[in-house]
Formats: sequence, structure tokens, C-alpha cells
Amino acid sequence: MTDGRNEIKLVGVAGSPGICIGKAYLIDTDMSGVEVVEKYFIDSKNISWEVNRFKAAVKKAKDELSAIIKNVPDDLQDHVHILETHMVMFKDKMLYGKTIETIENEQVNAEWALKKTVADVREMFRDIADPYIKGRVTDIAHVSNRIMQQLLGTTTVDIGKIDKRVILVAHDLSPADTSQIQLDKIKGFVTDRGGRTSHTAIIAKTLDIPSVLGLENATKMIRNDDIIIVDGESGIVIVNPTDESIIKYQNRGQEYEAYKIDVAKSSHLPAQTVDGVSVKVLANIELPAETGHAKEYGADGIGLFRTEFLYLSRKEFPTEEELFSEYRKVVENMAPKPVTIRTLDINGDKVVAYDQTEEEANPALGLRAIRFCLKRPEVFQTQLRAILRASAFGNVKVMFPLISAYEEMVQARDALDTAADSLKKDGVEYNRDIEVGAMIEVPATVIIADMLADIVDFFSIGTNDLVQYSLAIDRGNRQVAHLFQTLHPAVIRMIRQVIEVGKSKGVDVVMCGEMAGFPINLPILLGLGLERLSMNPPAIPIMKNAVRSMKAGDTKSFMEEVFTKNTAAQISDLVHQRFGDLFPSLPDITQ
Amino acid sequence: MDDSTHTLEKTVSIVNDLGLHARAAAKLAAVAGRAGGGAWLISNGHAVDATSVIDILTLACSRGMTVTLKVDSADDLHILEEMAVLVNNGFGE
Repeated sequence: MTDGRNEIKLVGVAGSPGICIGKAYLIDTDMSGVEVVEKYFIDSKNISWEVNRFKAAVKKAKDELSAIIKNVPDDLQDHVHILETHMVMFKDKMLYGKTIETIENEQVNAEWALKKTVADVREMFRDIADPYIKGRVTDIAHVSNRIMQQLLGTTTVDIGKIDKRVILVAHDLSPADTSQIQLDKIKGFVTDRGGRTSHTAIIAKTLDIPSVLGLENATKMIRNDDIIIVDGESGIVIVNPTDESIIKYQNRGQEYEAYKIDVAKSSHLPAQTVDGVSVKVLANIELPAETGHAKEYGADGIGLFRTEFLYLSRKEFPTEEELFSEYRKVVENMAPKPVTIRTLDINGDKVVAYDQTEEEANPALGLRAIRFCLKRPEVFQTQLRAILRASAFGNVKVMFPLISAYEEMVQARDALDTAADSLKKDGVEYNRDIEVGAMIEVPATVIIADMLADIVDFFSIGTNDLVQYSLAIDRGNRQVAHLFQTLHPAVIRMIRQVIEVGKSKGVDVVMCGEMAGFPINLPILLGLGLERLSMNPPAIPIMKNAVRSMKAGDTKSFMEEVFTKNTAAQISDLVHQRFGDLFPSLPDITQ
Repeated sequence: MDDSTHTLEKTVSIVNDLGLHARAAAKLAAVAGRAGGGAWLISNGHAVDATSVIDILTLACSRGMTVTLKVDSADDLHILEEMAVLVNNGFGE
């Protein structure tokens, strides 16, 4: 089975959870097939024959795509418009007309003419600054690739016709490809391209089969019929696994399935410690479509709705209507449970291409989040109005990211008042009494939490930024990433301070950073008195179970010990030593 | 420019948020494709073939940009009108 090849481990981006083991089925959706196209000259009397061969190939490719469009399942209808645009491109002058011209003028074969035409089109798009328009080159590649496959007579892989239970391996899967995936035939898929927010990733989640994306060179490392293991939780693919690996992953797969069934039974129940302390376990989401997942996993609400998605991959700031309709979907879907909307947190790690003013030397310390919004009142007002309007349809809270000074919070609240007044004037429905919170991500904010407590309804601790700014560590920098320690004594002391202020001033405290989603942190979080945790949806059932296995009373005395430790390593050892056996054999789904 | 050529042109501005993106370009090209003569889209002095989605995309028109629509033949005035309506309506989005 392994024909002497060694086991290879590939690491990519986790696309959708689950584990599958099976035979690889490579599909060539890359333009790389085109690179080996030969150039040969056509005798002048055979030119019209060559042109007709090209036209026939286009017609066949069009018919093929049109059949695919007809068979797109209902739940993927949203993606059809992309395919319809592809249909129009087949006969586009720049592609179709130019290829025929090249065949005629240069007396070359159709494959070569098409290859040359596509290269010219790519060149035309090269200098376009707009990332959206530039990205359309992919669409043109999908279209020309279909024609090329017809010309070369390579059997186009019809994903819809695969009759073996296989794992697809592809350079990239186009919307047309993914819309054909039949769940009873395809065990999972892996691709070279695609990131967490790519179209493929979104479809992978919709299909709910295990997938790993962004592997860079999966199509080069994996051969047809290789046995591969896809671990969609940790984003790992194992090629030619040893027997031990197969057994290990079979067990993990079964464990995962059993675990899913098990947690599904209790995930909708509230989480309460053995000694009766209730913990609200909330979801962090980015796309409105994730609301469904959040509910399935038993979220007690949305603790962090990141709102950047609607501002990215587009040409201009979204309108109030667009924002409102997306927020409303989430709010209505979750009602009566709360949805905490974080206002725009862009420029920084998520740069909006259409609004770049100048390169910042230190974007993490620059014009981002609330600073950006306060500087751009029109952008801010549009979002605040949309949030307030959505509040009429459920339980909405709003929070402002990266608050670093008292007056910033005052200004943010004033902006919210302005938005409310304008809605009132317009006679539009909204809820005036939504809860307003400040995100605690900057050490200065921890220190002035007592002052802020007078003008907010809640605090939300964003641990990722709080750790970054407290320890001066850029987690993306490999040189120092290992120093990014959530259990650093300073971090734990800061969290304690915020919670103490919250308790004495009657302000709720939520934690929505990554720290909140790992069971092993739970003894510390409970010990500090946190009762609201927000995390990625798949971690919710795990955390709920972890809460149920603990006694809050035990964690209080445990914290006294934690505060005697001087290093993150000592604290981590202490947690493992005292509580490690409380979380046995948990699938490491949160990693 | 005399009156007869002037009427073969219409200046419009892009109103939809995404600008002239792929789907919008496909709609415009479909209408332009029915013209008997040439149909053009002109922006910043650069003219592209309005029947080609790919050519239209290379203009990278964003919201608020002004573009000129043009047909070569007076027989295609109804096509010109139809294209203008499409742009003004934000491509029905």
C-alpha cells in the first residue's frame, strides 16, 4: 500500500472539521496543464479547420458548464451567478475573438493561440490596482481552462460523476467544481490554494465534510490513489500514512464522531459548575452564515460579531442598508439571545484596499479600530445607524475596539447618540437602550477601567491584543512568537484587575479572546471570577463540558497559588498538575 | 462634434457599490452585444469594447466614476438607451 514511500505530513489551513481517510483523487484544475502545450504551425489551407476545432471546443465547454449550472443544488444557488458570468466569458472578444485572430494571423494551433491570448489578458490585468478586479483573472482562467481541456481532449474531470468514495486533491476548486461535489461520493477535499475566508472555505463549511486548504503543494506531493488522511480540525494532511497513523486517526475520527453526538446531546443545555456557578458560553463569529453553526454548537449568544467582513474584498464602504440587512439576519436568528456587535476594527491587520491613505510603519500602533472610526465619522455613523436599526429586531449590544483613553469612550458614546438622534428624526425604528461596552485590549485601559466603568455597561477582554500590547510581542513574527504567553503573570493580573473593577462597579465582564476557548485555561478564568466566555463555535460544547466538570470553589484557592508563581511556564505546569486529569482525551479541536 | 455624433453618446455615472464588477459587466456586455455596429465604453479617455466583459473589467470603474457610452450606428440608439438605463439602475442590484 505504501510502496516504500515514507509518510509525509502536510500542514495547511483547517477548512472544515472532521477526519477522513481514503484514496486521493487528483483533479487538474490548474492552468499548469497549459504550460506543456506545444506550439505547431498550421498549413494555411487547414486554418479554417483549426478555427472550427477551437469553436467546437468552446461550444462543448459551454454546454458542459451550462449542464453544471442546471444541476447546482438549491442550497448553493447563491454561487450560480459566478458561473453565469463564466458563461458570458466563453464568447468574449478578448478571449474568443483574439484566439481565432491569433490562429488565423500566426497560423498556429488552437491550444497555442489560446494560451497566448490568456497570457495577454493576464498582462492587461497585471497593473490594475483594485484587488477585486484583479481577482477576476481567476474567472478568466477557469473559463479558458475548460476550453483547453476540450482542445487537448483531456477528460475533464466531472466531479459529479466520480463513483468511488474518494478524497479530492486539487490545486484550487472553482465554484463550479465545489457546487458539483456529491456528499455521498466525496469523503473530503484538500487544495493547494485558499485561506480561511476564501470562497472555497465558505463552501467547505456549508458542505460540512472534512477539508484542508492552502497546502501550497498538495497536488505535487500527493499522487492518484495515494492513501491520505485529512484532519480538518488541525489542518493536517498525512500522505502514505503508516499503519500506526491510520489506526491513530481512525480512532480519533471515531472519537470525534462519538464526541460530536455526545456533546450535541448536552450542548444546548446551560453550563454550570458542579457547585452551581453558571457560565455563559458565547460564540465569536465573522460571517452571518456562521450564526447557524453558533446555534448548533449551543452558543448562549454571540459574544463577538466581527464586522470587518463586509468591508473587505470590495470596492467601497458598504451602505447602511447592506450592513443593516446582514446584522438583522444575525440578530433575528439569535433572538432572544444577545448579539454583541464589535464596531469596525480595520486598518491594522485587516487593511481596506480602497481606503488606504498612507503606509504606516507600525499599523498595530496606528490608525485602526476606534481611532479610525472616530476620524471617519461618516463611515462610523453608517455602521452605528445600521447596528441601532438591527437592535429593533432582537437583543443587540455594541462594543468599541481598542479603546485606550476615557475621552475615546466618551466620543464613541456621543457618536452612538448622534446616530440614534438621526434615526429618531428619520422616524426609523431602533432600540435606544442597548448595552454599550468597551473592549479591553490595551494595558492603559486596564489601568483606567475604574473610570471607564462609569460610562460603560460591560467590558470585553480581547486577550490577543491585550497580550500583544502588554508583552510587546508580535505573534506573527517567528522570532518572538514563542514569547506570546497568555498565562504571563502580568496578563493574569490585568484580567484580575478588570474583573475586580467590574464586580465593584456592577459592570459585566466578558472574555472574547482566544484564551477563552481553551479548556486548560478554565480553572484560571473561573478562579478569577469570569462568568462569560466567548469563543469559536466548535469550542463551545467542549468548554461547556469542561465547566460542568469543575468546581468553582476549588479554583479560588488554586488562584492564590497561581499568584505565587513568577513565570508563565510555572503557571502552566501548575494548571496541568492540578486540573490536567479533568480534561482527558479531548480531541484537540480548538487548535 | 456635430449633433448627429453627439446623440450617439451618453454620459452616465456608476451608482452601484461594487462598481462595474464582473456580473454587472456581463449584463452590460449582453446588451451591447445586440448592437448591429460597435458599442463602446469610455472612461478617462480610454475606450473599451462594451461587448467584452474582459475589456470592460480592465477599466476598473468604481462607484461614482463617470463613463461615456457610445454606439457607432444611429440604428443602435435603443441599445445606447438600454445600456444607460442599466448603468443608472445600478445593474438592477
